[in-house]
Amino acid sequence: MTNIHHDIVLSVQNLSVSFATPDGLVRAVSDLSFDLHQGETLSIVGESGSGKSVTASSIMRLNNSGTATTSGKILLNGVDILTASESDVRSLRGREVAMVFQDPMSALNPYYTVGAQIDEAYLVHHPEASKKDARAVTLNMLRRVGIPSPEIRVDEYPHQFSGGMRQRIVIAIALINSPRVLIADEPTTALDVTVQAQILDLMIELQQEFNMAIILITHDLGVVAEVAQEVIVMYGGRVVEQSSVDALFAEPVHPYASGLLNAVTSLDNTARGSLQTIPGAPPSMIAIPSGCSFHPRCSFNEGVGSLCTTEVPLLRQVGNHGSHTACHLPDDQLINLRARKSA
Amino acid sequence: MSDVVLEAKNLVKYFATGSSGLLGRPDKQVQAVDGVSFSLHRGTTLGIVGESGCGKSTLARVVTRLLEPSSGSVVLDGQDITHLEGKKLRVIRQKLQMIFQDPYSSLNPRHSVGQIIATPMHVQHTISQSGEKPRVQELMELVGLNPEHYNRYPHEFSGGQRQRIGIARALSLNPAVIVADEPVSALDVSIQAQILNLLEGLQKNLGLSYIFIAHDLSVVRHIADQVAVMYLGKIVELGPASQVYSSPAHPYTKALLSAVPVADPAHRGGSGRIRLIGDVPSPVNPPSGCRFRTRCWKATDLCTSTEPVLMPDAAGRVVACHFPNEVPVNVGNAPS
Repeated sequence: MTNIHHDIVLSVQNLSVSFATPDGLVRAVSDLSFDLHQGETLSIVGESGSGKSVTASSIMRLNNSGTATTSGKILLNGVDILTASESDVRSLRGREVAMVFQDPMSALNPYYTVGAQIDEAYLVHHPEASKKDARAVTLNMLRRVGIPSPEIRVDEYPHQFSGGMRQRIVIAIALINSPRVLIADEPTTALDVTVQAQILDLMIELQQEFNMAIILITHDLGVVAEVAQEVIVMYGGRVVEQSSVDALFAEPVHPYASGLLNAVTSLDNTARGSLQTIPGAPPSMIAIPSGCSFHPRCSFNEGVGSLCTTEVPLLRQVGNHGSHTACHLPDDQLINLRARKSA
Repeated sequence: MSDVVLEAKNLVKYFATGSSGLLGRPDKQVQAVDGVSFSLHRGTTLGIVGESGCGKSTLARVVTRLLEPSSGSVVLDGQDITHLEGKKLRVIRQKLQMIFQDPYSSLNPRHSVGQIIATPMHVQHTISQSGEKPRVQELMELVGLNPEHYNRYPHEFSGGQRQRIGIARALSLNPAVIVADEPVSALDVSIQAQILNLLEGLQKNLGLSYIFIAHDLSVVRHIADQVAVMYLGKIVELGPASQVYSSPAHPYTKALLSAVPVADPAHRGGSGRIRLIGDVPSPVNPPSGCRFRTRCWKATDLCTSTEPVLMPDAAGRVVACHFPNEVPVNVGNAPS
C-alpha cells in the first residue's frame, strides 16, 4: 500500500516561518519541504517547540499576519496558499483542507448545539443548501463518527459529551465537506488510552472511506507507528529525518531520531534504570544554536570538527531504506548509530 | 521481603455534589475512591494506573493527608495518620512528600529556586539560617541542577529542570515516602527519560519508597515494582509489575494494555487487540455489581448482581473479577 505512488495533493516547498515577539525573532520553521500523496498518512514528530504545530497552522494559513513572516510555497491543487487571496483561502479552508485540534473542548463553541456547529461547517461551503438538507447531512455524519442516537444528541451542547465523543464531533465537523487533506494536531493527546485507540481506529476507517490524506502531528512515537506511513522528525524548526515509518523504526539514522527512539518507554522493556536519555533540553526558538541545532545535545560529533557548530547540515539520502537525514556525520557512522548507542 | 512503610486500609473518599432546589444541600456523592487497600514496602515503587476519573489522584491526596478520607485508614511507619490534625499532621508530613504533575503551576513564580526548595525546611523548622544555602545547593546538585542557579526564578528554567526543582523540594525534608502524581506526563519524551532515571537513582541512593501515579502504562512499567490498576474508584488488579504486564488477569487490565500504541510498525493493527466500547461511567452513579461490566465483553448476570472482591492468586497478585483471564496453571480454578 505504501509503495504505490498516488497523486500529490499537497506540496510544501522551502517553508520558513518566523514570528516577531517582544523577546526577539522566533524562527519556528526553517526550510521545510515535503509532498503529501493522496490517501497517505504523513506524521510530523517532534518535541515542544520543534515547529510541528506552526507547520500545521501555516498550511491552514492561520498564522497571525501581523507578526508572522512566511516564505516558501504551499501548493494545494496548484494554488499557493501563502499568496492566495483571503477569499480563495476561505473557500479552501474546510473544503479542501480541514483540521482537528488537540483539545476538543476548546475547539467547540460551548454556546451552540453540536448540530448547529456541524450544520454551519456544511452551509459555509454549500450556500445553496437549505437548513433541512444540512441537518440531514449532519445526522449522517454523526452516525458515521459513532455518536449513539444522533437524532437526540444533535441538539445537545458540547458539555453534555465526554472527551472522546467531543473529539468525534470535531472530526465530524472536519469531514463534513469531504476534504482531501486532514490535518490532525495531537488529536488524541488529551484523551485516555482506551478512547485514543477508538479515535485512531475511526480516523483510519474514515481515511479509507474518504480517500483523504492525513497529516498527523504528534509527539507520541507509538501513535506514529500505529497509523502513519511516512514520517518527518523535526528539531529546532528543521527536518532532521524524513523517511517511511518502517525505516524510521527499523533504522533511525539521525542521532536525535535514534536518541528519541531509545528514550521511549515501552511495555515490554523490563530493564530498570537503563533508559537511554538525550542530555539537555530542546533549544529556545529565540536562540537556536548555530550550525546543526542539535549539536549541543549530540554525543557523536567529536570527529566531525567544527562543521556541526558552523554549518546547517542539508538533508541527504542515507542507507538502503530511502531515509533522508540532515547530519554532518559520514554515512557509515550514521547507519551504525543505534547499535553503537545501545552498546 | 522488605518491611511495610505505608499501608492503606479500605480507604474511601466520597465528595458531595449536586443539590436539590435553592440553597439545597448536596444530594449526591462522587465515589472517587471506594475501598482501596495496599501496602508499600520500603525502598520499592508502587505504580497506580488508570484512566481519568478512576480516582488515582484523589487516592494520592488521601494518602498524603491533603484530604481526609471518608473512612478507612492510612498507616505510616506503624503510626495511624488518618485523622491527625495541626501540629501532629505537620510533623508526619516530613516523612511524606509529594511531586506534582505540572512543573509550571506547582512552583511559585515570585520565589527564587533557593526559596522554593528551602520552604519545607522553614515550615518544619529543620534548618538554621546559616545552614540553609549549603543544604539547598546540596539538594540542587543531587537532582542535577547547577547550584549556582540558586537565585534564579522558575521562568528561567525548562520544564524538565522545573520538575527537578520540585523533586529537590520534596527531598528537602529527607522523606521516607514520595507520592508522585503524573510526574513526567507534562514533559517531552527525551526529558521524561531523564526524570525517570533521576527518580530511580535517588531511590537507590536514598532508600526512598515511591507511589507513582500515571496514566501512561509504559512509564509505570519502567519504574514500578508493584502495580495497582484502578477503575472507577476501585483497585481491580494489584500485583508484581512483571506479572500484571505479562499476563494481565482482569479484563480491564488486558484492554488497557492492548490499547497502548506500540512504537513498532511491525505490530500495527496487531491481532488479539481489544477495543473497549464507550466511555468510563460516572462515579456519581456507578454500575451495580462489577463496575467494569458495562464495557466488559465477558460480563454476565453474575457481574450485574454481585460485586467481585479482590481475591489472591498463587503468585501473590489480587484480582477483582468473576472471570479472570488467565489462571496460573498450578492453582486450578478461578475463585468464584
